Amino acid sequence: MSDTVVKVDNLTVTLSGHLILDGLNFEIKKGEMTAIIGPNGAGKTVLLKTMLGLIPYSGKIQWGKGMKVGYVPQRFSADKDMPLTTREFFKLKTDNETEIYRVLKDLEMGHDEHHIERHILENRLGNLSGGEQQKVLIAWAMINNPNVLLFDEPTAGVDIGSESSIYQLLKKMDENKNITIIFISHDLSIIKIYADKVICMNKKLICTGIPEKIIDSDVLTKLYGSEASVYLHEH
Amino acid sequence: MVLDFVDTNFLIVLLVAVMTGAASGLLGTFMVLRRMSLVGDALSHVALPGIALALIFNFNPFFGAFAVLVVAIVVIWLLEEKTEVPIDALVGVFFTAALALGIIIFPEHDLLEALFGNIVTTNIQDGIMALGFLIIAIVVLKLISKTLLLDIVSKELAVITEKRRALNNLIFLILVASIIALGLKVVGALLMGALVVVPAATGKNIGKGFKQYLTISVFVGAFSGAAGVLLSRIYEIPPGPAIIGVAVGMFLISLIFRRK
Repeated sequence: MSDTVVKVDNLTVTLSGHLILDGLNFEIKKGEMTAIIGPNGAGKTVLLKTMLGLIPYSGKIQWGKGMKVGYVPQRFSADKDMPLTTREFFKLKTDNETEIYRVLKDLEMGHDEHHIERHILENRLGNLSGGEQQKVLIAWAMINNPNVLLFDEPTAGVDIGSESSIYQLLKKMDENKNITIIFISHDLSIIKIYADKVICMNKKLICTGIPEKIIDSDVLTKLYGSEASVYLHEH
Repeated sequence: MVLDFVDTNFLIVLLVAVMTGAASGLLGTFMVLRRMSLVGDALSHVALPGIALALIFNFNPFFGAFAVLVVAIVVIWLLEEKTEVPIDALVGVFFTAALALGIIIFPEHDLLEALFGNIVTTNIQDGIMALGFLIIAIVVLKLISKTLLLDIVSKELAVITEKRRALNNLIFLILVASIIALGLKVVGALLMGALVVVPAATGKNIGKGFKQYLTISVFVGAFSGAAGVLLSRIYEIPPGPAIIGVAVGMFLISLIFRRK
C-alpha cells in the first residue's frame, strides 16, 4: 500500500437514475502517469469528479497516505475580455510571490523574472495564448505542492506545438518531481508516448495495463466500435 | 448665484446619490462578469409589485421592494445551483410579467415616480440607509470576493476549492437585491438596471486588472450620482435620467480608450 496513490474498489455512481460508473476497480501507483480513455459518455469526467469528492458514490476510493490532490480544469470559464491579470488570478490562491514565480518557472513560462512579470503576471489572462493559459492553470494547481494532479483533457483547444510541450512538462513533473499525473485523453498517439499506464473504460472497466499492450485493435473495437482500429494505424 | 440651492436637504440628496452610485458600481463589477447584466434590469422590474403593495398598505416601499427581490433572488440562486438551465430566458419571462403586474396594481399617481425615481424626496433616514448599506457591501464583498472571482474564472476550481461557494453566491445575490431596492428611489425601476451595469461596463473597457476595473466602476457610479443630481438641479431635469445620462456619457468616452 505504501507506493499506492489511489485504490478504487467497486466504484459505482448513479446519477438521476442512470448508471454512470459500474463497479470500477483499479489501482494507481506513485509515478505512474496514467491515461483514462473511453468513448464519449463513458463516464471519464464523472470518474475524475468522483475521485475529487464532488459526486456521491458507492464503493471505495482510498487515497494513499499524505496524498495532496490537485485538479486542472480544461479552460477558463470567463470571457476573453475579463479584466483580471494573471497575478490577480494567482492571488486568489496564494499571496506568496516567491511561490508564484516558482511554479511559473517550473512550467517554463519564462526564464527571467522580468519576462514573467511583464508578459505573464501583469498581463490580462485573456491576452495569453491558449497554451499559456493552460500552463497557468497547471501552475495554479501546482501551488502548495500537490503530489497528484488530475486533468480532464489537458490540451483541449491548444495547438499541436503547445500540446506536446505541455505533455513533455507533465512527463517531467511525473518523473522528476514525484507528482503522479492522471489524465483523460482521446489522443492515442499521445498516450503511447507519454502514459505509463492506461485505464480504458466504458461505464465498466474494459482493461488496464501499459499502453503498448493495451492499445490494440481488440480493445479499441470494444471501446469505440469496429471502425476504431483503422485510425490506430495512422499513428 | 448658482449655489443658492445648496441646503441641508440637497446635501443629503447628493450624498445618497453618490453612495448609491458607488455601491451600484461596486456590485455591478461582479454582476457584469457573471453575465448578470440583464438580470439587474429584470430584478428592478420585479420590485414594482413590492413597491405597489407597500404603497397600498402604507409601509416603507424599500421593504416591499426588498422582500419581493429576495424571493426572486432565491429563485435565481436555486436555478443556478440546482440546474444547468440558462437563467436568462426564465428571468426574461417571469420578471417582465412582474413588471406588467406591478403596473396594473400600482396607484396611478405614484407610477411615474416608481419608474424613474424621485431622489428629491430623500430624507435623512434614506441617507443613513444608503451609508449603512455601502459600508456593509464593502465589508461583505471584501470577505467573499475571492470565492466570487474564482467562480467566474473557473467554476470547476471554485466548486473544488471553496467550501462556502454556494453560500457566498447567495450572500452576493442578497447584496444585489438590497442595492436594487435602494436604487429604486434614486433612479427608479426602469433605470436601476443601468446604474449597476453601465459603471462596470465602463470600468471593463479601461481597467487592466480587477483592481483598476473595480476602482473605475465605483468612481463612475459615484461621479454619475453627484453630477446627475447637480445637472438635474441646474437644468431642472429629472434626476434619475440625468444620473444615467452621465454614466452612459462616461461609458461612451471609455470606448475610445478601450483595451484590446
